[in-house]
Amino acid sequence: LSRLLAGLTRDGPVDLDRHLAAHGVLPELGEGLIAEVERSGLRGRGGAAFPAAVKLNVVAAGDGPVVVVNGVEGEPMSAKDRSLLTRTPHLVLDGAIAAADAVGARSVTIAAPEYTHPAVAGALRQRPEVRRRRERVRVTLTASASGYVAGEETAVLAHLEGRPAKPRVVPPLPAQSGFRRRPTLVQNVETLAHMALIARHGAGWFRERGTDERPGTMLVTISGAVRSPGVYETAPGVDAAELVARAGGQVEPIRALLVGGYFGAWVVPGADLEFDEAALRPHGASLGAGVVVALGVSSCPVAETARLAAYMAASTAGQCGPCVNGLGALAGVVERYAGGRVVAGDPENLKRWIDMVRGRGACRHPDGVARMLASAVRVFAKEFDEHGRRGPCRACARPTILSLPTQRSRRAAA
Amino acid sequence: VSDRRRVPRYQRPLASRERPRAPVAELVVDPVACAGHGLCAELFPERIVLDDWGYPIVDSSIPPSLAEHAERAVKACPALALRLRPPR
Repeated sequence: LSRLLAGLTRDGPVDLDRHLAAHGVLPELGEGLIAEVERSGLRGRGGAAFPAAVKLNVVAAGDGPVVVVNGVEGEPMSAKDRSLLTRTPHLVLDGAIAAADAVGARSVTIAAPEYTHPAVAGALRQRPEVRRRRERVRVTLTASASGYVAGEETAVLAHLEGRPAKPRVVPPLPAQSGFRRRPTLVQNVETLAHMALIARHGAGWFRERGTDERPGTMLVTISGAVRSPGVYETAPGVDAAELVARAGGQVEPIRALLVGGYFGAWVVPGADLEFDEAALRPHGASLGAGVVVALGVSSCPVAETARLAAYMAASTAGQCGPCVNGLGALAGVVERYAGGRVVAGDPENLKRWIDMVRGRGACRHPDGVARMLASAVRVFAKEFDEHGRRGPCRACARPTILSLPTQRSRRAAA
Repeated sequence: VSDRRRVPRYQRPLASRERPRAPVAELVVDPVACAGHGLCAELFPERIVLDDWGYPIVDSSIPPSLAEHAERAVKACPALALRLRPPR
């Protein structure tokens, strides 16, 4: 199943000739693209699954709109956006240009980590028309900030305006008032790549894959206890077992899957768990940005959750009291569970604080952490209890499956 | 009920004269601006309680009978983080 990933070379970016051979020429639909995207049912692939056509319509209705390509990808376990930018940059550019034409924007700004720039700049050089000042649509490339919340769309805009990459309270939505108060279409890299294909093949073709609720293919980043971790193209509705098989199969029996990334939920895969919105909902999970981490039986879920909670608490933008204090307090409790140093009040506070931080921030950071912790407490109730009473288990000492960028590496990347 | 109808409107108790109405306003806190002073919870305990760290948890729907109290809390916030807006 290759739509987005069609025509990929073994390594390095797909050049313009190869891109055109794989996908054909981008038709000029102009604002006609909006209706096509509406029929396709495409939703944003950055994690929030916001209907793409709604954003397009709001931005198109405003004065002097601009387009921002969000390639920041702050989620450490996700690699799909950087893969698209470095391996098939022309598809992303096609999508961005088509979207700009659709909403009547003359400027496209790509916000992406610096290490993706050689591939994207190379693709731009092959299309000199998009860098010229007097051209219909002008594309510029800028280095994004790093850190978990830096990819949140208002944080991306803050960084582009020269301020710290921190989220702000919405409304107003960026689609109404975004970059320098202009109507701004902030769209994830993968979403735009899908638009490039919808412009070519139409909504009907797009819907041939996926489910009614989540049409189209999607990129999934699989890591953890699988033989070949990486980015794979699949469609919502796929079996969890099939997904693991795509990644080369499991290296040991799988205890649980972290679905949706650090923002997601721990799910114990049943025999026939479908990787789909409706099937994941009862588990408190969603497809999110397509991140799946497989936790093998030799890893300790309590230790992993403790590291995760500490990282997420440290990743707060530091703006909202309930997030700063609540996530810190929650990380402390989980840390004490992992170390077998639970104190009076911890079990009650863990549940109470999970509820207390929900919906209390300018962005959804505290909500995401609450969701992850609620699933951990539910799925690993026995393990939490045992750690609380007996202290670290043998698996606790094993190296972590989750990659947690350190302060130093994050600063180096910034 | 038929008896009640004969009681003149001005003689009925105040509460029964008030028909159940939609809230007049929505009380919202800007979490970035809020510095956790806590004055709002003191002035308006009917709709605001403080969390374990001293930040307000706001029940946003404000009926007409509480509008005045809500306004007082809004005016007292040293961080200008509390706001009343029309219900959505």
